[in-house]
Amino acid sequence: MGLVSNVRTAVRVGVDVMAVGEVQRSIDAFGDRYLTRVFTEHELACTAGDDATRARGLAARFAAKEATLKVLHTQDAQPDWRSIEVRRTAGGWCEIKLSGRAADLAHQQAISDLDVSMSHEGSTAVAVVVAACAEQRGSEL
Amino acid sequence: MDDRIRDVLDQHGRLGVDVGKLDDRADLYEAGLTSHASVNVMLGLEDAFDIEFPERLLRKSTFASVDSIRSALAELSVQ
Repeated sequence: MGLVSNVRTAVRVGVDVMAVGEVQRSIDAFGDRYLTRVFTEHELACTAGDDATRARGLAARFAAKEATLKVLHTQDAQPDWRSIEVRRTAGGWCEIKLSGRAADLAHQQAISDLDVSMSHEGSTAVAVVVAACAEQRGSEL
Repeated sequence: MDDRIRDVLDQHGRLGVDVGKLDDRADLYEAGLTSHASVNVMLGLEDAFDIEFPERLLRKSTFASVDSIRSALAELSVQ
């Protein structure tokens, strides 16, 4: 009997809800400083519109960033919020693109693929992130 | 310094408790501080003390208590 290491793909799921009003409150309090510290140029461009449209879109994106942090098991680390970017594709759906410390955390944990789904209804936005994660496992023969 | 920290927490922390009655070492996340609210607290502290938090201090533990915020500000030479 011996141990043989193999790799299996595990799935991680993160979810977060965000009050749209909280995002609007932050925009009112801090304006561009809040927007540019938390969101990328692409995210801000994708959510341009009237105040309500922008706040809904940004709340969903913040929820996606927080859901991604849950998937990354960040513990005390707090990657730059902009290093987790929600990218809208040409097809209209959204993807998560990591950079900087967030990308390092994903690499360290062998997280290869991230998928995101976002929605909002009334005063609440929600996002779910699913990640594929290669896990080293020992199995007995 | 502590009064200004507590003012920022009161204004931006969205805590479910009376900030004035919080112990210096009380866990702010347990008191209701969310990740999003911690961004506002960070920005509020930057305004109040005319500083900018460097990336090395952008950790959850930096904003975990009045004590930890005071330590971070001291590291940034805030009197």
